Amino acid sequence: MAKFPDVTTRQEKKELSKFLSPKAVDVVRNFAKAHPEVVGSSVELWLPVGDGLDMLKKEVISKENALQAGLVTEKNLERFERLAEEKKVAVNFNWHFFTSGDSNAPSTAGIGGAIVGSFYLVLVTITLSFPLGAGAAIYLEECAQRSKFRDFIDININNLTAVPSIIFGLIGLAIFLNFFHLPRSSSLVGGLVLSLMTIPVIVIASKTALSSVPPSIREAALSVGASKIQTVFHHVVPLALPGMLTGAIVGMARAMGETAPLLMVGMVAFIVDIPKRLTDPASALPVQIYLWSDQPERAFANKAAAAIIVLLFFMILMNSFAIWLRKRYEKKYGERG
Amino acid sequence: MNSRFGKKLAAVSVMLALIALGLSISPALAARDNLYIVGSSTVYPFAITVAEHVGKKLPKTPKIESTGTGGGFKIFCAGVGESHPDINDASRPITESEKNLCAQNGVKDIIEVKIGFDGIVLAMSKKGQPMALTTKDIFLALAKEVPDPKNPNNIIPNPYKTWKDINPSLPDVKIEVYGPPTTSGTRDALEELGMEAGAKSIPELKELAKKDEKRFKTITHVIREDGAYIDAGENDNLIVQKLEANPKAVGIFGFSYLDNNRDKLVGCTINGIQPTFENIASGSYPLARPLFFYVKKAHLGVIPGIKEYIEEFLSEKAIGDDGYLVEKGFIPLPKAEREKVRGEVMSLIK
Repeated sequence: MAKFPDVTTRQEKKELSKFLSPKAVDVVRNFAKAHPEVVGSSVELWLPVGDGLDMLKKEVISKENALQAGLVTEKNLERFERLAEEKKVAVNFNWHFFTSGDSNAPSTAGIGGAIVGSFYLVLVTITLSFPLGAGAAIYLEECAQRSKFRDFIDININNLTAVPSIIFGLIGLAIFLNFFHLPRSSSLVGGLVLSLMTIPVIVIASKTALSSVPPSIREAALSVGASKIQTVFHHVVPLALPGMLTGAIVGMARAMGETAPLLMVGMVAFIVDIPKRLTDPASALPVQIYLWSDQPERAFANKAAAAIIVLLFFMILMNSFAIWLRKRYEKKYGERG
Repeated sequence: MNSRFGKKLAAVSVMLALIALGLSISPALAARDNLYIVGSSTVYPFAITVAEHVGKKLPKTPKIESTGTGGGFKIFCAGVGESHPDINDASRPITESEKNLCAQNGVKDIIEVKIGFDGIVLAMSKKGQPMALTTKDIFLALAKEVPDPKNPNNIIPNPYKTWKDINPSLPDVKIEVYGPPTTSGTRDALEELGMEAGAKSIPELKELAKKDEKRFKTITHVIREDGAYIDAGENDNLIVQKLEANPKAVGIFGFSYLDNNRDKLVGCTINGIQPTFENIASGSYPLARPLFFYVKKAHLGVIPGIKEYIEEFLSEKAIGDDGYLVEKGFIPLPKAEREKVRGEVMSLIK
């Protein structure tokens, strides 16, 4: 504040307080904690500016519009331009955005909590849905006798993939929350709901992968004395595995982008603390985007856009991983592995 | 490679499963140490601000779900215990049926805290001509059924197509209104404060209100479905974008969305009164509604942080004339009423 000695009245002080982001207080406090020797003397520190100036500097909004919308005041703008002339304004990469949780102020809000939440969701979902989904597919494709019952299950699984995702959220609300009394808003419940949604996708992908293994492989294995189980697990499944994994990862990517089922189990919520356990309240990336896009403050729109890019990046990462897996382990039939 | 790869995969998945199990079981279902708040999306931006301030003093920051007022009461009234919310934010007072639901489930003592006001604004793009509306115009433009202009005792489906049909002083522009869906508290308030009040300024309907209240309510609380009123979903920023694209349309939302978009939008006057902070706070703006939150008394002292949260919300630092909520567009109660509420609530939660 010493930089602006002309500020005296209460009103002016309030105006000046909007010049900086609420985060600036933490920056100063942490600096003072780390360097107790400087307390009482004067030092130069880089501090984050408020939302209005931030948007202005990044040219998200024009000067006239920002003034009209009350995002910045004339005086703060003048101060900002003075600092800019003295080369005391810089644009830095906002690492804070990736480490902190949600906040009421756009400049302090981050997606750290949402990323951790999404990670837990994917962890729970893949641990439950891949073994179950792959197991079901192996049973249906390799072991089950052709019967009315098997056809019935087949049809049901196909139908389940077409069920709107919010219905799975309702099931989660009824079963996991109201019946089993698992903690609301936790990533455990969210993950369970998303597994319900993902299992049918994995079953179908795995069945397709298994049925594309030529019968000659099975016949050859059986003819040299392998048991049924040996045939399936030593020969058929390894050949089908790349396809099964691809299906699983694509299913995961879909689960990661879901908001609707999470709404029903209370994960669409304001959560500041970064979740430490699966039972802690958590949000997820798409949920964070949804929440921010509905906030009245203009600067949240930019935060939502940034979060969308991060989500997109994770999607591309998962899909490339699926492609890499398939390429890496794809074997031509008849090749020695 | 076949079996080796399979084994590796099996090992990894077993490991993941163990980690997940360990993470989920170890804490068991320990007592909740964070405040759990549900309710109105109008109060949500203010509630999260208070939560963050009070969160610095508590072990954990409160968790707030934006469920809408009605949705919030449904969860709030479901019972007493740590799996149920402690506080419900509301943009209207609790109804009798909600009170009954609460009582049925053992939620007997509820503390009502009135915190401030919200104004519902009808806004247009700056590129368009702002209109000077009355509540009567709002009723005639939006109701599904209106009195026949030739014989006002006869109720007919809404025939009005342009604003000029309703009131000759308004422009000759098609009626196109983007507004909230039926689940929204904003829509309830629009029907109550705008349409019902407007209908009462028509003598024939005022008569009807005395004779057949039920019929009067169905006339004033049903919005037309012929395309003039466009349900724009719960996302108010979407309405702001639609207004920008269509200068002839009118949008209905909470005051803070107008306040944050002053460079794009302009508010219509209602009965000659501008939708401004001062007019809503003083109560002269007709579409102003009170905001509340409701506290479950049984949770006081059991769940940590409830008292601190209420204290913080009612402090001058938050809702005083230049408190941090006011800066976010919150419209507080007048000073005397604020102090009265604070005194009453504090004595109740002691």
